[in-house]
Amino acid sequence: MSGTALRISDALVRRIQAHGVETYPHECCGALLGNDSEAGRETLDLVPLANRRNDSPRNRFEVTPEDVRMAEKKAKDLKLEVIGWYHSHPDAPARPSEFDREHAWPWYSYIIVSVQQREPRDTKSWRLRDDRAAYDPEAIESVAQSASI
Amino acid sequence: MAVKVIIPTPLRPYTSKKESVELQAATVSEALASLTTLFGELKKHLYSDDGKLRSFVNVYVNDEDIRYLRGDQTPLREGDILSIVPSIAGGTQN
Repeated sequence: MSGTALRISDALVRRIQAHGVETYPHECCGALLGNDSEAGRETLDLVPLANRRNDSPRNRFEVTPEDVRMAEKKAKDLKLEVIGWYHSHPDAPARPSEFDREHAWPWYSYIIVSVQQREPRDTKSWRLRDDRAAYDPEAIESVAQSASI
Repeated sequence: MAVKVIIPTPLRPYTSKKESVELQAATVSEALASLTTLFGELKKHLYSDDGKLRSFVNVYVNDEDIRYLRGDQTPLREGDILSIVPSIAGGTQN
């Protein structure tokens, strides 16, 4: 999947970063809503979600299947689809862990924001390879403003 | 029983872009086995190397999570609709 890019406005990236700061030192998570076509992939809205991993929220997050279905319904209502997910890594780099790899599917874009001492740092997007062996970085292409929905 | 399995968007590249697949199965286990026989590339995204359904892969029969039914031994009736829904999980290494 190398060579793909995810278009997203700076405003939405700032919302993801703000969510990561808000939940620090716990991980935040949410859904990326948008479009995927031959013309490319664009994030147009977010659905911030609760981290259901109450036992270990500093280094784990979980979105339940019920919340996944809810996010999919919201996307459908907006004539969009869930194109990926975001989460934060408090005081850790914005790259996927082995735990992330074991719990992922290809196709989705996975945005990770690194939050260091309550300050958002790197924000990166990743896609899992078809063979599940590793993630490839996905370029984040900044667009001035998402088409309003 | 003829049942329909809804394929989630991320897995459609492995089902010739089909949004749903109709097949014959008496249980959820049979339906998934039949699905992954038809589309072999799906298997690694649904099952771990030890042959168990991956922990983040959930199956619904109509609108009911099979965890609250009889798991993969849940019997199916004619016309049932199965949905494969991931839970999204991850986190830092430490």
